[in-house]
Amino acid sequence: MTTFLQASLNGLVSGGFYALLAIGLAVIYGMLRVANFAHGAVYMLGAFGAVILYDMFGTPFWAALVVVPVVIAAGGVVVERTLIRRLVPLDPVYNFLLTFGLALIIQDLVRLNYGVVGQPYAKPAALEGRINFGPLEYPTYQFVVLIASIALTCGVWLALNKTKVGMVVRAATERPSLTEAFGVNVNVWMIPVFAFGVALAALAGVMAAPMRSVNSAMGADIVIILFAVIIIGGMGSVLGAVLAAYLVGFLQELAQMYVPAAAGATTFILMAVVLAVRPSGLLGRQEAAR
Amino acid sequence: MNRRKTAVSIAATTALGVSACGGGPTALGDDQAISNGKLTLAVVTDMSGTYSALTGKGSLEAVKMAVDDYQEKYGSDAVAQEIEVLSADHQNEPDIANTKARELFDRQGADAIFDVPSSAAALAVADLAEEFQRIYINVAAGSTDLTGSACNEYTYHWAYDTEMLARGSAATLTQRGEKNWYIVYPDYQFGQDMTAAFTTHIEANGGKVLGTDATPFPNDNFAASMTKALEIKPDVIATMAAGSDLTNFVKQYNEFGLAEAGIELAVGAMFDTDVESIGATQMSGTLYTTDWFWNQDDEAREWADDFKARLDVRPTAVHAGDYSAATQYLEAVQRAGTDDADAVAEELDGHEFEDMFARNARVRSEDHRMIHDSYLTVVKEAKDVQEAFDYTELVETIPADEAFGPPSSSCDLG
Repeated sequence: MTTFLQASLNGLVSGGFYALLAIGLAVIYGMLRVANFAHGAVYMLGAFGAVILYDMFGTPFWAALVVVPVVIAAGGVVVERTLIRRLVPLDPVYNFLLTFGLALIIQDLVRLNYGVVGQPYAKPAALEGRINFGPLEYPTYQFVVLIASIALTCGVWLALNKTKVGMVVRAATERPSLTEAFGVNVNVWMIPVFAFGVALAALAGVMAAPMRSVNSAMGADIVIILFAVIIIGGMGSVLGAVLAAYLVGFLQELAQMYVPAAAGATTFILMAVVLAVRPSGLLGRQEAAR
Repeated sequence: MNRRKTAVSIAATTALGVSACGGGPTALGDDQAISNGKLTLAVVTDMSGTYSALTGKGSLEAVKMAVDDYQEKYGSDAVAQEIEVLSADHQNEPDIANTKARELFDRQGADAIFDVPSSAAALAVADLAEEFQRIYINVAAGSTDLTGSACNEYTYHWAYDTEMLARGSAATLTQRGEKNWYIVYPDYQFGQDMTAAFTTHIEANGGKVLGTDATPFPNDNFAASMTKALEIKPDVIATMAAGSDLTNFVKQYNEFGLAEAGIELAVGAMFDTDVESIGATQMSGTLYTTDWFWNQDDEAREWADDFKARLDVRPTAVHAGDYSAATQYLEAVQRAGTDDADAVAEELDGHEFEDMFARNARVRSEDHRMIHDSYLTVVKEAKDVQEAFDYTELVETIPADEAFGPPSSSCDLG
C-alpha cells in the first residue's frame, strides 16, 4: 500500500510538470491557433537560466524562480511580435516549420555553448531531505514541486474563470472574430497570453533543474508527451490539458511500477483510446478539432 | 564536407601528376607500400548526441594526436608519409553508421576505421570491415559480440566491454559481501547485455539479483525504480544508464534517500564526463570499473595535458583508447611496411605492448580482443577533488588476464 501511495505521488509530480507545460501550450494554441513546438526548448531554457544565473551571479534558486520566467517571457514577446504572429493567417505547415525550426536553433545554440553534458545544479538547502507522512517518506523537494504545481494550476484556472481578464481571454480563445466584434482588440491580448504561456514553461524548467539532468536535449523529449497531453485533453481546453497532464503522469508512473515494459506506450495508448471515443479530446469542443 | 572532398581530390591529382611525370623512385616506392599514396584513418563517431562528450570530437583529436606523434617519431623513415584523418557523424543510428562507413571504405579510401560508439552501430561497421577487408578497431562500444558471434578477421575490440565492466564491479562488490542486487537498465542492447553480464558474475560469487527493472531510453524519471528499490531493500542498486540518464538516476537516488536506507550505488559504465555533470558531491563513494583515467599516473597525465591544450577538456578513457588504437595501428603499418590490411592484421595479432593507455597489453589472435589491465575505482570525496575532472581514485587493479572474459567459443577466425 505504501508503495502504491508512493507511486501515486511520483505520478502526481510528473503530472504537475506536464500540467505547467501543457497549460502554456493550450492557452497559446487557444488564442493564436499556433501549436508551439518550441515549448520544450523554452522549458530547457528555463532550466539553463537557473544554472547560468547561479554560475554568473550566484543567484539563489528562489530568485531564479522569478527572474528566469520574466526574462524568458520578455524574449518570448519579441519572438511573438516578430515571428509567431505572422503564422496566424497562414497554413498550419508554416506553424510547424517555424516553431520546430526555432526549437532546433535554440537547442543547438545551447549545445554550442554548453555541450551535451548535463550541468550540475543543487537544490536549495531548505528543501533537502525528506518529509514523513506516517509510513510514507517522500523527497521534500519533489513534494514542494507537487504542491506548487497544483497551486499554480488552480490559480490559472481561477484567473481564467473568475476574473474579467480571464473572461476576455476565454472569449477570444473560443470565438476570436466574435470577440473582436464586441470591441476587444484580440491582437493586443495575444501578447500577455503568449508571454504567460512561455513564462509557465520557463518556470517548470527552473523547478526541474535541481531534480532532472539539465542538458540541451531535455526539452526535445518532453514536447512529444506534451502534445499527446493536449490532444488527450482537447486542443485549446485548459482544464482538459490539466486533467490529461495528471492522468498521463499518473498512468506512466503506475505502468513503470507494475508493467515497466508498457510504460513508454501508456501515453499513446491513452491517446488512441481517447481519440477513438471522443475525437475532440476529453474536454475539447468539436470546433477545436478542425 | 564538400571543401574537404575537394582538398582530397586535389591532393590525389597532385600525387598522380607527380608519378605520371616520373616523380622519382621514392614516390613510386611509396605508392606500392601505401595504397593511393596515402594512409587514410577514419573516425566514425557521435558528434552531437548522447555519446558525443564521451567520444565525438575528442576521439577525432586523439587519432590526430596519434598521427602527429607517429610522424614526429619516424619522420622521413615513416612508411606512411602522407596521412589523412577523416571523420563521420553516425548520430548513433546503425543505418547512418552503415552508410557513412561504406562511403569511407568505398569512395574515400579509408584504410582503417576507429571509435564507433553504440553497440548496434559498432556491429554494423564490423560487417563492412569484413566486406571491404579493411581494418576496424572499435574503441567506444561495449558489446562483446564484436569479439564473439560477430567477430571477423579485420575487426578489433580495443577498450572496455560489458564483460570487463561486470568483472570489475559485479564480481568485486559481491565478493566484498554485497550479496543482494537490484538492477535498473535502459531497455536496449547495451543495457540488456550489461544486466546479463552482471547477473552472471553476481551469481557466480554467491550473490543474488532480487529484481531488475527495464526503463525506457532516454528517460528522465526514475521515481518508480527508486520506490521499488526502497521496498525490496537490496544491498546494492546498480544502474546501466549512461549520459544524461545516469545524471537523472543519481539525482533521484540521492533525493529518495536510498543511501540513507543503506542501499549502495554501483554504476555499470561511467566516465569522468558523467561525474562532471552530476557533481562530485552527489557521486562520491560510487564504485565503477574503467580501463583508464587521466590522473592514473605521470604518463597518462602528460598525455591528458596535451589533450587539454588542444580541446580544453580532460580526455575520457575512450579518447585515450582511440589514441592507443591509432598508435598501435600505425606501428603495425610501420612494421609491416605496407597498409595492406592482411599484413597489418598479421602484425597486430598476438602483439604485446605497453602504451599510455594499455598496460600489460596483448592483442589476442583468437578473437581480436586487446586485453589490458582494468581498474576498480571510486569517485573521490568532494574535498579531495583538486581540479575539474579529477574525480577518480584507484581501488584495485585487475590484471589483464582476469580483466576480460576468455575468447568466446562463438568466434572462429580460422
